[in-house]
Amino acid sequence: MTEQEILEGLGEIVEEIAGVPAADVTPAKSFVDDLDIDSLAMVEIAVAAQDKFGVEIPDDQLKDLSTVQDVVNFVVKHTES
Amino acid sequence: MNIPDVVPGARILSFGGYQPDHVVTNDDLAATIDTNDEWIRSRVGIVSRRIAGPSETVEDMAVQAGGKALAGSGLSPADVDLVIVATCSTEVPIPNAAAQVAHRLGIEAPGAFDLNAACAGFCYALGVAEAAVRGGTARNVLVIGSEKMTAWVDWTDRSTCIIFADGAGAAVVGPSDEPGIGPVVWGSAGDLVEKITIADRRSFLRQDGQAVFRWATTAIHPIAQEACERAGVKVDELAAFVPHQANLRIIEAIARKLGIPREKVADDIVHAGNTSSASIPLALARMAERGELVSGSQVLLAGFGAGLCYAAQVITVP
Repeated sequence: MTEQEILEGLGEIVEEIAGVPAADVTPAKSFVDDLDIDSLAMVEIAVAAQDKFGVEIPDDQLKDLSTVQDVVNFVVKHTES
Repeated sequence: MNIPDVVPGARILSFGGYQPDHVVTNDDLAATIDTNDEWIRSRVGIVSRRIAGPSETVEDMAVQAGGKALAGSGLSPADVDLVIVATCSTEVPIPNAAAQVAHRLGIEAPGAFDLNAACAGFCYALGVAEAAVRGGTARNVLVIGSEKMTAWVDWTDRSTCIIFADGAGAAVVGPSDEPGIGPVVWGSAGDLVEKITIADRRSFLRQDGQAVFRWATTAIHPIAQEACERAGVKVDELAAFVPHQANLRIIEAIARKLGIPREKVADDIVHAGNTSSASIPLALARMAERGELVSGSQVLLAGFGAGLCYAAQVITVP
């Protein structure tokens, strides 16, 4: 899975869960400040990401993933390992 | 050894609900703790909730809801021979609530016990009642969920005190030729026990909201799906989905994963808050009262909460 594929997959997830257009889900965006996504929606996104990418994002690490790029990096890192 | 004749099926005959008079709005809460109406609405979907008076007990509320269900069933108290009160919030463990409630309703010498499966309690109790009627050990069963959650809430903990509330809901279960209560799918996740606890008798309820949210939005829809499959009812045939009124965000996430349209999903939490085991029968009673439930249609119930315990079944509307 390329970074671009993960980004696109994440965009689809965010659109489905939070109603934010997938095109707005770009790497530098902050979930809370730019996309208006709260902590509960982040949990839903993490769960959907696990289904889609096969990578578990635990609650204690989720709080450190503030931007779209952070999540992409997390998925890349844990897909490789 | 003789055993009772098996009855073909059990069904719900009637519902009854009760909420205390005292309404507490989000603005009322914001006056005493650091929170606000917009935050509460967006995170949990609650606009207002009802709170029992200082002397109003789990048993008092159970009597109110149980009395309404009994009246609606057309049965007399003498026809009921088992009373189950699902509750996790009585003031004392002894005596149990069920025997007192039965006595106050004029039901003489029934089997009477309390059942603690927290927010899943009503679905558990309904499963037990169905089995008792079908197995011939009870003719009619009064099933009540009654909770005074606010007695166990820390009013300075803004993550829980905005959620929990008080109330009671009830159903009368009796025999029928056609099954009207599907197989209960129940279980527990004891490995997650510490996610919702009351540490000791001097402590208040604490929950790890984010962990419970994750669990509820991932573990419950497969249970609900299984309840439909075991009842032989397709999800798109359901007239309504009445999950435990835990948090509107959880309710909507479960419904979305089941593919149930929002208009079929109970949202009693908006004006009732989270009343634990009372939330499902309270929602059913209100929907029945408003004429939102069509007799003979099928409704999916799913309870989940502390334990962590869960249970789901399909019922036919009386």
